[in-house]
Amino acid sequence: MSDSTILEVKDLQHIYMEKTPLEHQALSGVSLSVEEGESIAIIGNTGSGKSTLIQHFNGLMRPQRGEVTVEGQYLSDPKLDVKALRRKVGLVFQNPEDQIFEKLIGDDIAYGPLKMGLPLKEVRDRVKWAMELVGLSFEELKDRVTYALSGGQKRKVALAGVLALKPKILVLDEPTAGLDPRSRQELLDQIVRLNEKENMTVIFVSHNMEEVAYLAKRIYVLADGRNLIDGTPGDIFGNSEVLSKHHIGAPQTVEILAQLKARGYPVNLKAYEIETAAKEMVSVLQSFRR
Amino acid sequence: MSQPFIQVEGISFEYTINNHKTVPVLENVSFDVHPGEYVTIIGHNGSGKSTLSKHFNGILKPLSGNIYVDGLNTREANLQREIRQKVGMVFQHPDNQIVATIVEDDVAFGLENIGVPSSEMKARIDFALDAVGMSEFRKRPPHHLSGGQKQRVAIAGILAMKPDCLVLDEATSMLDTYGRRDILDVVRRLNNDGMTIVSVTHHMSEVAEASRVIVIEKGQIVLDGAPREIFQQYELLHQLQLDVPLASQLARLVHEYDNEFQADLIHNEEIIQEVMRLSAKRGVYVG
Ligand SMILES: Nc1ncnc2c1ncn2[C@@H]1O[C@H](COP(=O)(O)OP(=O)(O)O)[C@@H](O)[C@H]1O
Ligand SMILES: Nc1ncnc2c1ncn2[C@@H]1O[C@H](COP(=O)(O)OP(=O)(O)O)[C@@H](O)[C@H]1O
Ligand SMILES: [Mg+2]
Ligand SMILES: [Mg+2]
Repeated sequence: MSDSTILEVKDLQHIYMEKTPLEHQALSGVSLSVEEGESIAIIGNTGSGKSTLIQHFNGLMRPQRGEVTVEGQYLSDPKLDVKALRRKVGLVFQNPEDQIFEKLIGDDIAYGPLKMGLPLKEVRDRVKWAMELVGLSFEELKDRVTYALSGGQKRKVALAGVLALKPKILVLDEPTAGLDPRSRQELLDQIVRLNEKENMTVIFVSHNMEEVAYLAKRIYVLADGRNLIDGTPGDIFGNSEVLSKHHIGAPQTVEILAQLKARGYPVNLKAYEIETAAKEMVSVLQSFRR
Repeated sequence: MSQPFIQVEGISFEYTINNHKTVPVLENVSFDVHPGEYVTIIGHNGSGKSTLSKHFNGILKPLSGNIYVDGLNTREANLQREIRQKVGMVFQHPDNQIVATIVEDDVAFGLENIGVPSSEMKARIDFALDAVGMSEFRKRPPHHLSGGQKQRVAIAGILAMKPDCLVLDEATSMLDTYGRRDILDVVRRLNNDGMTIVSVTHHMSEVAEASRVIVIEKGQIVLDGAPREIFQQYELLHQLQLDVPLASQLARLVHEYDNEFQADLIHNEEIIQEVMRLSAKRGVYVG
């Protein structure tokens, strides 16, 4: 482990409802290592263990076997200060409804900072900061009731509640599912900003491969609770046979290029970005020009 | 043209919150859905899509204006049950829709509610589970299924009621690529067999497959037409915080560099065909 490793997982296993007829092994030895300031995607098909894995990162689940360390601190330690850990590692759930408790939007986002014992002025500033960051107008929405929000708005509220804690590590489970295209892009841009400008470490689970391609510098692929492969987006998406074999989608650009390749066109599957994919196609077509 | 299956006539709707404040959502919305159509509805979060959808089977009643389902006014309390049987709804979170602890009981639940005689139930459950490809899971507990499988069970619960129209409110948005494809295959098959489909979605590639797309903004219809036409209005969609399918973006980009390449494509398959067409035309052997 290098000095700048901020989170490390070693041979983590997890069995749900152990020793019952419904026993299910969700993680069978997963390892990964994240450097401070990185942006990491975890992908894999439904049921591969992604949500189970990341719920370990802020102590919501404790390691049954194997280890998770955050800044060198063992999360299996019975004396772990969970409150301090949750300030450091902010986790946004897959279903935002699991995360919204207060009647008013502003109160819901203020909940964490208040619990931290911050002065009221600071709490208010943070709520405003977090709301604007996710694209919710502070003035217009802070006194709105949370139950009257659309699904996409609820997701933004849940995210703002976590951002208001200003965590060092931001962990997101399917952050943009259910968001419209613009909100999705804005949110992704905000996450990039937090990652690059504020040096927040970002770890996210997603099945939207366009988003993975846009946000991740490195990708871990899980299958059946185990590591399958990891690498840069180019490495992973260039390996589209492995992805489809494990029922993991690839970016649509890669799917199109793969179909062209299967028909004998010399295209590079690593060109997953839309501009580079277009250029691949153009150069193929131009090569036919005499 | 056929008699419309759903007629939306100048409806407006607002929510009342905190007993006095109102949130206006729909404003004078009118359109028809014809039998067998596959209509998608797009619009940014909060534009009113779910509110509109809930009017199609009378969960919500318009403040003004009227909605007719197969000629029946959704305002009439005594037609409620008949209307719910004609129009089935599937929502975003399968977890919130599944009530029983065994898959086939879950499908049966809705049937009991509408008073289907038990002699008829088995056949209906068989049909519905088969239609969504979940027959082999009938004895399984639903909470051990994947999201896509749960959503298929939720759809089976609706199909068992034999609706004429299926309304999907972002029913695939929580699913992965494969889960979504499964659901869309089921929906396409139902539509081919004549079922009317209304689907609210953020996935422009799904919109590209439909026969029609309605774009709503601040509770009003701003565009209504065939997907290929609508997706040419790139700038306007962008202003409305929406997008076009990846295939369209790619086609436009390639067209910029090579203007013989058609710009108005909307399906991945069309992109492949266009590359093949042009390379064949330019006469070079590929292999
Ligand atoms: N609370 C639970 N009880 C029993 N099994 C569970 C529970 N949560 C998840 N599982 C099972 O563990 C496996 C991994 O689930 P999960 O981590 O949610 O996967 P993913 O997020 O990759 O879809 C799945 O087979 C799932 O059914
Ligand atoms: N039960 C409710 N009470 C009050 N306001 C609501 C309720 N449901 C939705 N709204 C508001 O109505 C508007 C439209 O919401 P909705 O129809 O859910 O939009 P969409 O489905 O397009 O995201 C939003 O501003 C939302 O906050
Ligand atoms: Mg998950
Ligand atoms: Mg909605």
